[in-house]
Amino acid sequence: MNSLILLMLLPIIGSIAVAVTPKTKEVLTKQVALGTTVVVALATIAMAVNFQRDNVELQFVEKYSWIPTFGINFAVGIDGLALVLILMSTILAPIVVLAGWNEAHGGRWSVKTFYILILVLETMMIGVFVATDVFLFYVIFEAMLIPVYFLIGGYGSGERSAAAVKFLIYSLFGGLLMLASIIALYVMSGAQGGHTFDLQALSQLQMSSTTQNFLFLGFFIAFAIKAPLWPLHTWLPDAAASATPGTSVLLLGVLDKVGTFGMIRYCLTLFPEASKTFTPLIMVLAVISIVYGAILAIGQKDLKRLIAFTSISHFGFITMGIFAMTSQGHSGATLYMFNHGFSTAALFIVGGWMIARRGSSTIADFGGLQRVTPVMAWSFFLAGMSSLALPGLSSFVSEFLVLVGTFTRYPVHAVIATFGIVLAALYILIPVQKALHGPTTPGNEGLSDLNLREKIAIAPVIAIIIALGFYPSPLLNVINPASAHVIAQMGFTDPAPTNGDK
Amino acid sequence: MEFSAPVLNYTLLSPMLILLGGALIGVLVEAFMSKALRPITQLSVTLGTLVLALVQVWKVRNEQSVSAAMGSVVIDGPAVLLQASIIIISIISVLLIADTEHFTALAASLPGSDEERHALQTGNQVTEVYPLTLFAVAGMLLFPVSSDLITLFVALEMLSLPLYLMAGLSRRRRLASQESALKYFLLGAFSSAFFLFGAAFLYGYSASITFSGIRDAVVGGGGNDVFLLIGIAFLSVGLLFKVGAVPFHAWSPDVYQGAPTPVTAFMAAATKVAAFGAMLRIYYTSFANAQWSWTPMLTIIAIITMVFGSLVAIAQRDVKRMLAYSSIAHAGFLLTGVIALNKAGLEASLFYLFAYGITTVGAFAIVTLVRDSAGEVTDLNRWKGLGKRSPWVATAFAGFLLSFAGIPLTSGFIGKFSIFSAAYESGARSVVIAGVLSSAIAAFFYIRVIVLMFFTDPVEDGTSVEIPSSLTSITVIFSLIVTIALGVFPAPILNFISNLATFIR
Repeated sequence: MNSLILLMLLPIIGSIAVAVTPKTKEVLTKQVALGTTVVVALATIAMAVNFQRDNVELQFVEKYSWIPTFGINFAVGIDGLALVLILMSTILAPIVVLAGWNEAHGGRWSVKTFYILILVLETMMIGVFVATDVFLFYVIFEAMLIPVYFLIGGYGSGERSAAAVKFLIYSLFGGLLMLASIIALYVMSGAQGGHTFDLQALSQLQMSSTTQNFLFLGFFIAFAIKAPLWPLHTWLPDAAASATPGTSVLLLGVLDKVGTFGMIRYCLTLFPEASKTFTPLIMVLAVISIVYGAILAIGQKDLKRLIAFTSISHFGFITMGIFAMTSQGHSGATLYMFNHGFSTAALFIVGGWMIARRGSSTIADFGGLQRVTPVMAWSFFLAGMSSLALPGLSSFVSEFLVLVGTFTRYPVHAVIATFGIVLAALYILIPVQKALHGPTTPGNEGLSDLNLREKIAIAPVIAIIIALGFYPSPLLNVINPASAHVIAQMGFTDPAPTNGDK
Repeated sequence: MEFSAPVLNYTLLSPMLILLGGALIGVLVEAFMSKALRPITQLSVTLGTLVLALVQVWKVRNEQSVSAAMGSVVIDGPAVLLQASIIIISIISVLLIADTEHFTALAASLPGSDEERHALQTGNQVTEVYPLTLFAVAGMLLFPVSSDLITLFVALEMLSLPLYLMAGLSRRRRLASQESALKYFLLGAFSSAFFLFGAAFLYGYSASITFSGIRDAVVGGGGNDVFLLIGIAFLSVGLLFKVGAVPFHAWSPDVYQGAPTPVTAFMAAATKVAAFGAMLRIYYTSFANAQWSWTPMLTIIAIITMVFGSLVAIAQRDVKRMLAYSSIAHAGFLLTGVIALNKAGLEASLFYLFAYGITTVGAFAIVTLVRDSAGEVTDLNRWKGLGKRSPWVATAFAGFLLSFAGIPLTSGFIGKFSIFSAAYESGARSVVIAGVLSSAIAAFFYIRVIVLMFFTDPVEDGTSVEIPSSLTSITVIFSLIVTIALGVFPAPILNFISNLATFIR
C-alpha cells in the first residue's frame, strides 16, 4: 500500500468502527482503536520500506483538485523528514492506546468519544506532515487543535478546562498570524503567474526582503508557539500537567513537532533570505529555551510539569540544530524530533502509571519505588537516562549531532547549550533519586508493578531508544539526504570543522 | 405631455411579485380564516410562497437586464445569488417562526392586561407575523436589485417597517420587546432621514437618481465634489445602520435581545444579506470610480467595527447579546469585501453572506431550544453543562460557533479566507491584519461558550433543553450540514458564484 491518502483514511475508518461499537462493550471499543492504530503503524512501516532513501524529491505524491476557484489541491507527498515524523507518530499511537488503556474512564464523556478523538487526531497527524499544499497544511494545522482541545478539557485532570482554553487560544493566535502570511503568499502567487498553494511553486515567488521578513514572522511565530520556544511556551506546562499521559505524549511528542517540522518545511523553504536574517535572534531564543527550560525543570515539584519543561529545553536543541544551517545540525535536529518523541513518551507513560498508582503527581510523594516496583522503576530510570542523553541511548546521538553541527558555525551558542546537558543531568537525576531510590515512602509499599499489558506497551519504546542509541544509521540514511538537500537549497555549505590547534 | 405606460418585465420581477401576493393572501387568511386553521394555513401559504419565489429566481438565473422595471430594477448574477440566499435563509427562519410559543397571542394588547391573558387562555393566537415576514422578504429582495435611489429607499422602508413590528411581538418580556421595537424604529427612522439626505445630495451632484447616472457623473467628473462626498457619506450612514456597523450599531444588541428569537434569526441573517447586497451594488457600480473618497472612511469603519464587536462580545453574559456583538464583528469582516472592490471581493462577499446567514439562523435556532418554565434561557451562566444534558444540541451549537470563529473545515473559514485574500489583493492590508487579529479576539468568546457547555458541570436550576420540534430540527440540521459542507467541499458553490458574480451596469 503506497498511498498516503489511504493511510490518512485508515484512522478515520477506524473511528467510524469505534463509533458503531455498542456503548456497553468498552473493551471492544478499545480493541478496535488499538487494532486500527496497529494497522496504521504497520502500513506506515511498509511504506517506509518502499521509500527510496537517496531520492530527495517528494515521493508517494498524490494530487487531487479540491477548491479550484482558489487553486487549492489536496496534494500530499513525503521526503525523508516527513517520513521519519510519520513513522514516529504512527508508532506512538498504538503505544499510547495500549499504555493508557484506562485513561478515558476519568473523563467527562464516554470511552468511545475518547478513542474517536484519538483516531481523528491520528488522521490529522499524518496529514499535517504529508501535505504539500500550504492551504491543506493550514487547514489540518488548525483543525487538529479541536480534538486535542477536547482531549485535554474532557479527559484531563486538575484545571483541565483552563489549560485546554489556554492551549487553544495560543495556538489559534499563532495560526491566524500564519493565515495572514498565507493570504499574502496566495495573492502574490496570483500576481506572478496564477493563484496556487503548491509549496514548490510558492518557494519560487519573488518578493522584497521586507515582505519576506513579515511573512516569515507570521509563519515562525505560529511554529514557535507550537514548538514551543521561549517566550511563547507558557501554555505547555499547564496543558501537559492537565492532559492525560497519553494525550501528553501525542501533544509533546507529535503535535509540538509540527512546529519544528514547519520551521524546516515552510520557514526555510519559502523564506530562505528572511530565515538567514532572523537566524541570530532565533539562535539566541533557542539557547535561552535550552537553559531556561532546564533550570525550571529542576525546580518543578510536579512530575508532569517537570517533563513539560524538559521538553522546552529539548525543543531549544531542535530549533538550534535547524537554524545552525549545517547538514549535521539539520540531521541531528530531525533525528532529535524522532528520539524526543520516544523518550518523552517513555517518561509520560511510565510517569503516568506512577501517578495513577500513587494518586498524586508530586515528586515528593514517591520514594523507594525501586524496591516496590522494580520494573516500573527501571523503565522510568531508562526513560530519564534517554532524556538526559546518556551515551548508548538514542537521544545522545541526536544531541551530539546538533551540538557538533552548531559548533562549526556558532561555537558560543553550542558551548552555552552544552550546559543544558549538565542541567539535564540534574533535572533527571534529582527526581530519579527522590522517586526511585532511598527508603520507601510510607504509603507506597503496596504499589503494584507493571502488568503484562503495560510491559508490552513500554517494551517497544525502550527497544527503540536502545536500538537507535547503538545503531542510528537506518534513520540517518533517510534523514541525511533530505537535510543535505535543504541546506543546499538554502545556499549553505558546511564549514570545515575547526580544530583545537587553530 | 404624452404619457407612456411603463414597461415591466414581469418574469424578472416575479419573485418579488409572488412574495407580495403571498403576503396579501396572508392578510386575508388572518382576517377571514377560522382560528383553528389559521396557523397551519399561514405556515403553508408562507412556505409555499417562498418556495415558489425561489423556483422563479432559479429560472431567471441566467438573465441579465437593466430594464426589468424601467431602469429601476436590475437583474444580474449577483442579484440572483443574493435573492436566492435571502429566500433560503427566510425559509429556514420561517420554520423557526412556526413555533408560536415565542410570539405574543395578541400584539395589540397591553403587556400584562386582562385582554392579553384572555387571548392566551383561549388560545386566540394571532399570526400576523407570517404576512409581515413575507412583506419584509419582498423588501429584502428588492433592496439589492434596486438601481435607483428612490427604489432603493422604498425597498429599505419595505423591509424595515415589518421588522420594526416583528421585533415587538415577543410573548415573554413583552416590555423589553416593545422597547427594542421602539428603539429600532426611532433609530431606523433617523438613519432613513440620513439616507434621504444623502440621496438628495447625490441627485444634486449628478442630476440623476439612477445608479448608472451617478456612475456616469463620477466617471465624467466636473460635478461638485463636495456634493458627492456629502452624498456618499450620508447614504453610507443609512446603509451602515442596517448592517450594524460601528458607530451605527447601538440598536442591534438591544433589538437582538428583545425581539423574539426566531425574528432575531431572520433579521440577523436576511437583513444582512439584503443590506450588504445593496451596498455592494452601489459601491461597486456607482461609486467605484470615486473609490479614493470613500475607501479610507470605510476602511476605518471596518477596522473599528470588527475590533469593537469582538472586544465587547467578550464582556457579554447573555447569549443573544453575544451573538449580536459577534454579528457586529462579522459586519466588519464583510465590509472588507466592499473595500476590496474587485471581482474576488464580490464573490467572497456573496459566499460569506450566504454562509454566515445560514450559520446565524442555525445558531439562533439552538437558542430557541434552551428553556426553563418561563421561556428561553439566554443567560450564559445557565448554559453550563449543556453538553452533558443534551450533547447533540450542544455539539451543533459548538459547530456554529466554530464556524463563526473561522476554524477550518467550516464555512466560516472559507468565507474569511476568501474575503481577506480579496481585500489583500486590492491592497487593503491594514484591514486584513485588523481582521486577523480581531478573529483571534473573537475566537476567545466563542470558545468560552464551548467551555461553558462542555467543560462545566450543569447547575440544577430548571434549565432544560426542549425536544426540538420537527421544523426546528430541519432548520438546525440543514444549517449544520450547509455549514460543514461549505467548509469541506466549497468548490461547487464557489464555482457557481464565480460564474454569476458580475454586476451589470
